[in-house]
Amino acid sequence: MGLLSKKDSKLILDPLADDNPITIQVLGICSALAITAQLKPSIVMAVSVIFVLGVGNVVISLMRNIIPSKIRIIVQLIVVATLVIIVDQVLKAFAYELSKELSVFIGLIITNCIIMGRFEAFALGNGPWRSFLDGIGNAAGYGLILIIVGFFRELLGSGTLFGFQVMGDPVEKTGLYAIGYENNGFMVLPPMALIVVGLIIWVQRSRNKELIEEN
Amino acid sequence: MAINTDKNSYTILFAVIMVVVVGSILAGFASGLKPLVKANEKYEKQQNILYAMNVNDNEGDGDVTFIPTDKVEDVFNTYIKKQLVIQGDKVTEDPEAFLIDLKKEETKAKDDSYERRLPLFVGEKDGKEIYVMPVRGKGLWDAIWGFVAVDKSMTIQGVYFDHKGETPGLGAEIKQRYFMDDFTGESFLNGNAFEGINVAKGNNDPKNTNTDDNAVDALAGATITGDGVTAMLRKDVRLYVPYFQKLNQ
Repeated sequence: MGLLSKKDSKLILDPLADDNPITIQVLGICSALAITAQLKPSIVMAVSVIFVLGVGNVVISLMRNIIPSKIRIIVQLIVVATLVIIVDQVLKAFAYELSKELSVFIGLIITNCIIMGRFEAFALGNGPWRSFLDGIGNAAGYGLILIIVGFFRELLGSGTLFGFQVMGDPVEKTGLYAIGYENNGFMVLPPMALIVVGLIIWVQRSRNKELIEEN
Repeated sequence: MAINTDKNSYTILFAVIMVVVVGSILAGFASGLKPLVKANEKYEKQQNILYAMNVNDNEGDGDVTFIPTDKVEDVFNTYIKKQLVIQGDKVTEDPEAFLIDLKKEETKAKDDSYERRLPLFVGEKDGKEIYVMPVRGKGLWDAIWGFVAVDKSMTIQGVYFDHKGETPGLGAEIKQRYFMDDFTGESFLNGNAFEGINVAKGNNDPKNTNTDDNAVDALAGATITGDGVTAMLRKDVRLYVPYFQKLNQ
């Protein structure tokens, strides 16, 4: 990355792996459970959060010296809420079907702790460019996990990816179903998202022993 | 920077400016995008009405597939011959009948002096007149609604249901074909009296081969949503009975 200094690129790359908001900091879990039954909503959610956190971090960072500290949490909330409403309106206008599918969860981005967390922990103390990178990085780290979970849940739960039947037709018994494969309906339900996230955490920590906490 | 951000007057000023700025940004967005959102809502309604009439892009036993949004307006105009508004004994033609808000009409109708306006879409498919009625009721968590297409004798030609927030995998299944397809062929009447359709546990007729029993199979684990569908059909379709009686005289 010639464009970014080493310190800056760390801001983007760290949250993707060793400082991932979901698997390491365990933030933003509830939306990760709710919308990952299929791949498409996972991706839309990831993109929406990248937008909200990227722009939000910049806005907060630009205002960091003029925000009255007494009402700073409220100011942060207003910034998130504004961005989320914009995302919601744009989805309703240009991707109506999808916005129905995601329904309340777009609105719930407001309560996603990753966002308030990054505003409070990073944007309030750093310049706009670094805050932007940090926002994009953290949101992408969140989105990455959503997409991985969404991929496995849709593939194993419904036998489809983006709605296309990749495993053959379960009714006609073609493809894998011909040799007795069955979809695991349990994968579609929220508890399995937690288990998939757990498996990702396990894989990640067994590959990088430094991440394992000592008790 | 030299601003004292701890002063109360500054805090209040900041809050006021922030609210005004944010408010105008959002208002701008909302009014700018409103026509697009409204159009989307209209297309969705048209898709639903057509779906109830069995005008759709379903393939075999696959998922619910609507007429695509870019074509739905034309298809709607081809199939739907008349949009009627029934108010008491008065029946008027109104090309904007689908804009009638069932929820508001229902609230207004609590006042006895108000005669509720009932939208009815008259379509024609394969040379047969089909009447599509909108219905609205309560599920377990939130609103459920739909469209019911019947012929002159109040025999169901097709239905479409949707919901706001039923449980995924349980109540939310009312918008799946295996539930909706069962309604086709059932009649709202039992003899000459209005009976409605029961979403019944223990009906034990998964393919709905008996279409004379005024009942379809319920969804496992979604009793309250199912009862909601039963109640919704009974409550809203009943309102149209006088119209159909007159039609058949």
